[in-house]
Amino acid sequence: MAVKRGRGVAAVNYPTGMNLGGDPTQALVHSTPTGSFMVTLSSVDLGQGLKQIMAQICAETIGVPTESVTVDTADTDTGPHCMGTFASRGTHRAGNAVIQAAREARQVMLEVAAEELEVNASDLDTDGSGNIHVKGAPSRSISIFDTALAAHFKHGRSISGRGMFLVPRSYPETETGAMKPSTCYAHACTVAEVEVDEETGEVVVLSVKNVFEIGRALNPKMVEQQLIGGSWMGISHALYETTEPYYPDREHGARDYNEYLMPGPGDLAETEIAVLERPSGDGPFGAKGPGEMCANPQIPAVANAIFDAVGVRVDTLPITPERVLRALRQRDAGATA
Amino acid sequence: MKLSKNYFADERTDDFTEIGQPRPRSDIRGHVTGRTAYFADRTFPGLLHLKMVRSPHHHARIRGIDTSEAEKHPGVARIITAKDVPQNLYTILILIHVGPEDEHVLAEDKVRWKGEAVVAVLAETARAAEEAAAKVKVDYEVLPAVLSIEDALKPDAPIVNEHHGRNYYLYDSGECRKVRFGDVEKGFAQADHILEESYSSGPIEHAPLETSGCIVTPEANGRFTCYTNTQAMFFTLDNASIILQMPGHKLHMVGGTVGGGFGGKVDVTIEPVAILAAKLTGRPVSFIYSREEEMQVSSPRAAERIVIKDGVMKDGRIVARQVTAYIDAGAYSRHSPYGAQKSAAHFPGPYTISNVAIDSYCVYTNRTPSSAMRGFGVTIGDFALEVQTDKLARLIGMDPLEFRFINAYRDGDMKAHRQPTEGAALIECMQEASVIAGWPVSERFMKMSSRTREG
Amino acid sequence: MAKISVQFTLNGSERAEFVESGTTLLAALRDKMDDTSPKGGCHQGACGACTVMIDGELRLSCLTLAETCNGAQIRTTAGLANGEVLHPLQRAFEDAFAAQCGFCTPGMIMAAAALLERNPNPDRADVVEAISGNVCRCTGYEPIIQAVLLAARANSTSAA
Repeated sequence: MAVKRGRGVAAVNYPTGMNLGGDPTQALVHSTPTGSFMVTLSSVDLGQGLKQIMAQICAETIGVPTESVTVDTADTDTGPHCMGTFASRGTHRAGNAVIQAAREARQVMLEVAAEELEVNASDLDTDGSGNIHVKGAPSRSISIFDTALAAHFKHGRSISGRGMFLVPRSYPETETGAMKPSTCYAHACTVAEVEVDEETGEVVVLSVKNVFEIGRALNPKMVEQQLIGGSWMGISHALYETTEPYYPDREHGARDYNEYLMPGPGDLAETEIAVLERPSGDGPFGAKGPGEMCANPQIPAVANAIFDAVGVRVDTLPITPERVLRALRQRDAGATA
Repeated sequence: MKLSKNYFADERTDDFTEIGQPRPRSDIRGHVTGRTAYFADRTFPGLLHLKMVRSPHHHARIRGIDTSEAEKHPGVARIITAKDVPQNLYTILILIHVGPEDEHVLAEDKVRWKGEAVVAVLAETARAAEEAAAKVKVDYEVLPAVLSIEDALKPDAPIVNEHHGRNYYLYDSGECRKVRFGDVEKGFAQADHILEESYSSGPIEHAPLETSGCIVTPEANGRFTCYTNTQAMFFTLDNASIILQMPGHKLHMVGGTVGGGFGGKVDVTIEPVAILAAKLTGRPVSFIYSREEEMQVSSPRAAERIVIKDGVMKDGRIVARQVTAYIDAGAYSRHSPYGAQKSAAHFPGPYTISNVAIDSYCVYTNRTPSSAMRGFGVTIGDFALEVQTDKLARLIGMDPLEFRFINAYRDGDMKAHRQPTEGAALIECMQEASVIAGWPVSERFMKMSSRTREG
Repeated sequence: MAKISVQFTLNGSERAEFVESGTTLLAALRDKMDDTSPKGGCHQGACGACTVMIDGELRLSCLTLAETCNGAQIRTTAGLANGEVLHPLQRAFEDAFAAQCGFCTPGMIMAAAALLERNPNPDRADVVEAISGNVCRCTGYEPIIQAVLLAARANSTSAA
């Protein structure tokens, strides 16, 4: 019996967004009479935290604290169109739409404040904590609360904005396949270390060291939670998951969580994550979409580590103990032949 | 998590007040107190439960459907078959002109996969609906089934889906989406080594904790409110509008927090029939997948077969790469023609290769339709590409990480699908990985940059 | 179908309802008693999203018949906080960013609460074992494990 160690590496990139028939998302932003801001969307929060990120993007753009922004989303009566939450597009597409809408709202807000302060709107700035002041003269200021009240009841102005982000449709060129299928690309590199039991074929992932380049970490803690979860799913895909373990045989399909295998809390690899930021030219504050990519590089990294450990290749997913054992037997048969 | 701010520092300003701040999630208090509202956290008086009768066969002709016994079952409110669906034939992406329509909301003359929806039963309780569903009699004539990509593409294979007329999606480029860049045969001719290898994968399930579903309530003003966990509100609304031949203003989709998606909630197999049921009965209707339906009926990530043939030089340069990818769409398109196309644009991976030929096939089989899942069109491709890359490095006796530096794409490099590379950062990711994983590479690779090409 | 009465204490309040015989505790709580904190992830005892405490013991409410709970003390995540004051586990799940979609969170927190009640100073292995009946698809579990350990540390600090 021998348990052998190995390590493997994989490097990947990932396109942001879906582009087949055009990739649009819209957003509306408006203030209440007392200077709170509403972002209205129809994008969906699946747990990745879209609502929080849109609030931070809107707050940064208008120059108010995130707490004062409420995101109303996933309602087709109120929210303008969004293509949907998939293809690593939520932060990028909806974020850009929110920025455009928030900029327009900020402009109206500054114009109203300018009238109240009797200065030019271009001379005004926000302090990020609820006030607007004359650049270089912080004492000449008005609160956003008072500005919004004045807009509503005195000036008859709507502090609001419309945002639209559309990636136009790309038609692939028939013969060459020339196309623009996405916008910016995120990147990753993973090094996995595994232990392979040559007697049972069982693979234990000891550690994964993941590096992700994601444009901009808009909220680092939320980035971290998505990347940790994605890294886990990558390992899960590599070694465990399938609805049909003997595909294309339709029998033996998993029907529940007892039959559908995934690593549990006792099967975790030591996981390390480093994040690089190369802001994309077209992303909100440079952000790209890492939501899907983060589960990809672990799969080949683990496969390569298994080869490094025991010298066999399993080129079919998932890399189950049965497949590893069969490969080991083939290796040993070849050695004796 | 380590934020490695030293890379690309000159391309960033970090002078933000809200962006980059690790603020708590606005929804977290609801999560930890159990007060976050998911679509099913609602009760409605008079709620009906929908249970689907599904095909037990991979491929069969429907000779007849007898619902008489089921209708008599206590608690049954209504039974819905294909003839009740105003526009039964649909496909999800028809709104953006990706046809043809190839799938029935409820099976008409045929079933094309084991699990296909045939008859919807509505009853006062979920149990009554299930019991009555078991009493629906469907007379099937079993037909030969095609279960693998290889079988589907045989010349004499039975046709899976008559709306396509062939067992693959027909692109304008023919039987597959093609990418052609340089001259791949010339590349192979000049290569020191050729390596051709095959990779494959089984279907993978999203397995979100919350299964797919919706609750529909008919409103007094003639509208229908649909509480749903779809990932795409307007995909659902617009497709429901077409299927039900009901103007969009009659429909109101309400989402909220979804209990995990991962791409598994972008099909429209649930809401249209539930809205129809609410319309036909005038009562609120709940249609929620069981865990078994979520596992075996909801679309998985496609099984794939990928063949990669590479030409590599002794010095480590990949000079030609040919990829043939087959995506098992199952019986219907859903998002798979798009997924196959996405894969064509993704190959040959994050490397600059002068001679590339890609063929991506979307293949129909008598299997559960596959569709979107976290990275589909890319994830399995990356597995194949990066294992192949490892094999190439070992073939020429080079360190696998260093081998990747040699081939990594950089700003300005033309990709195979003829987009110039912008914002590349693969090299820097590998440099950081070299450091944190203690996998040293030669100094010249640590000095490389995605922004310039030395020499 | 005949209705029967069930009567128990839910998060400190006396509750009584008529339910159909065979109704699960999960359905009774969610549909009759407005406590939707337990979630139905599988309805077959395999995911843990419906986890509650019955008389201090961890139970899967999807596999428990409501009619067997007469006279019991039932606790759910909805009753953990003391008004606005969160339970240490709730605070720790917030601080450790231990939830994404949140669907498994109430069940996870109940499993962890049961652990801390019988073992206020668990080590990592204890936490892993305590939550091993609860499935999470988003987080990769590590942030949840860290949250439970954080709550245990906070507890022992405040007790000292």
